Amino acid sequence: MKVLVAVKRVIDYNVKVRVKSDNTDVDLANVKMALNPFCEIAVEEAVRLKESNVASEVVVVSVGPKACQEQIRTALALGADRGIHIDTDAMPESLSVAKLLAKVVEQEQPGLVILGKQSIDSDNNQSGQMLAALTGMSQGTFASKVQVIDGSLNVTREVDGGLQTLALKLPAVVTTDLRLNEPRYAKLPDIMKAKKKPLEVKTPADLGVELRDHTRLLKVETPPTRQAGIKVASVDELVEKLKNEAKVI
Amino acid sequence: MAILVIAEHDNSTLKGATLNTVAAAGQIGGDIHLLVAGSGCQAVAEQAAAVAGVARVLCVDAATYEHQLAEDLALLVAECGRDYSHILAPATTSGKNLLPRVAALLDVAQISDIIGVESADSFRRPIYAGNAIATVQSLDPIKVITVRSTGFDAVAANGGSAEIVTLTAVSAAGISSFVSEEVAESERPELTSARVVVSGGRGMGNGENFALLEKVADKLGAAIGASRAAVDAGFVPNDMQVGQTGKIVAPDLYIAVGISGAIQHLAGMKDSKVIVAINKDEEAPIFQVADYGLVADLFKAVPELEQKL
Ligand SMILES: Cc1cc2nc3c(=O)[nH]c(=O)nc-3n(C[C@H](O)[C@H](O)[C@H](O)COP(=O)(O)OP(=O)(O)OC[C@H]3O[C@@H](n4cnc5c(N)ncnc54)[C@H](O)[C@@H]3O)c2cc1C
Ligand SMILES: Nc1ncnc2c1ncn2[C@@H]1O[C@H](COP(=O)(O)O)[C@@H](O)[C@H]1O
Repeated sequence: MKVLVAVKRVIDYNVKVRVKSDNTDVDLANVKMALNPFCEIAVEEAVRLKESNVASEVVVVSVGPKACQEQIRTALALGADRGIHIDTDAMPESLSVAKLLAKVVEQEQPGLVILGKQSIDSDNNQSGQMLAALTGMSQGTFASKVQVIDGSLNVTREVDGGLQTLALKLPAVVTTDLRLNEPRYAKLPDIMKAKKKPLEVKTPADLGVELRDHTRLLKVETPPTRQAGIKVASVDELVEKLKNEAKVI
Repeated sequence: MAILVIAEHDNSTLKGATLNTVAAAGQIGGDIHLLVAGSGCQAVAEQAAAVAGVARVLCVDAATYEHQLAEDLALLVAECGRDYSHILAPATTSGKNLLPRVAALLDVAQISDIIGVESADSFRRPIYAGNAIATVQSLDPIKVITVRSTGFDAVAANGGSAEIVTLTAVSAAGISSFVSEEVAESERPELTSARVVVSGGRGMGNGENFALLEKVADKLGAAIGASRAAVDAGFVPNDMQVGQTGKIVAPDLYIAVGISGAIQHLAGMKDSKVIVAINKDEEAPIFQVADYGLVADLFKAVPELEQKL
């Protein structure tokens, strides 16, 4: 079974982003970029499926400007076999990403597609579900456990009330939650080897997809900042403040 | 113009987040219809009909929808939703699972987690773990939106008298099935709607020590939350995680115990009215957002707090 993994280049999760002074967007100039943490988990899961002989090949795909080849190389260093870069000027909306990925699915015919549950920049949480809709595949979102059993996929999902397990017909789309696995670190020899792994570049036009804007970003603002409060010296003072000043207990 | 709101329920009770979603629909303006799809869900349809501001309830009662499987439900919602200007659902795990699938079937974008309505086509939503707030305009004929419940005060659960219209199921996708669930049973209020939340982090040391927080929570009628580090370490189950990628809470009082205050955690609780932090490290970033900070060893401070409440 071939596994396709979609990975996104995003701001490093340790960086606190700033809003541009003209409120048009956030400022990403000279900001450290990285593989979206949920995508790292997606790559790890695919590589583990290969190591346990469930998967035969792991293909990673990323949509965006040329710089996202860096993140494809990271995924290759983590153990993916080859990469596909879909070259676009800007980071497209989730629906456009899903349409491009749907074309890749048509060409590659994977048995399983793994995505992150959420990009930590847009906080959208959409692409996997949209891809599943466009390809008619089943979906196991927010997965904390994935098991292939007799040609079907059992996915345990992190839902608001606890955990839910579904059986999905393959091919299926899975989106990863944080506890699915703990990604490995790439070793130096693997990083060197990754440079020689195949990386194919395609354009949306090559895939026959015409991208269209469905939304417009009108403005981006800094949220109201909280005033730091006071330090209390004792539990007594804390209880007194909560009762008489804040009046919340 | 009419707005379709997807009711969240467990086939017997309408979930609270639906009321906040109806409130968002009210701000957009237009007739509000609630879709109740489930199995043996008549009681939910009746509760839905009583919600203030709802004009019509669409009830689809079929075994297919018992577990709200996205593959089947999305086909139904896309079919029912074609003639609406907006389709809204709570930004819970079910809404997030379902609505992007619906949007793609309708070839429109989906706007996630709105916290404000600017106009019928423009909405405010947090991005980058809440470090920026974007105003986004939809260019689509049907606007498919998930609503963050902390952004909108719930409408009244009673007082309405909507008509209930029964619809038939559409054919099922048949590509997924329910196997099992582990539902966390708790006598406590629900995390996302509790008036008081007491959360523990890695500083709690282990799962047993959460008993300290439970005693405080008992006295305050509070829900218990956790940081991701506490969940990852196996102290508590995943459904207690508060943060960018967990639950979003905005109670009157949030007490963070042994939590450092990483941006991903703050994203889930910084809109709380009053924040208390108990941490032994006076430099911990949580103190930058806390109204009342207590620099102390939690193992001493929490039992004392419990006694003095
Ligand atoms: C993609 C991604 C998503 C994430 N999503 C979330 C999320 O949704 N929610 C979330 O919470 N995190 C999330 N995180 C993790 C986040 O970055 C932090 O790692 C996490 O919040 C830290 O948890 P903590 O504060 O409990 O642990 P630490 O950062 O380890 O803090 C423990 C604190 O306890 C204090 N302490 C220790 N012992 C005591 C004592 N005896 N008395 C008093 N204080 C004590 C310490 O001083 C310290 O400040 C995410 C990370 C990533 C990469
Ligand atoms: N530009 C992109 N290129 C490749 N994969 C993407 C891209 N955008 C989103 N994805 C995938 O979809 C997941 C969810 O993203 P989102 O819907 O943007 O929150 C990510 O974790 C990726 O796996």
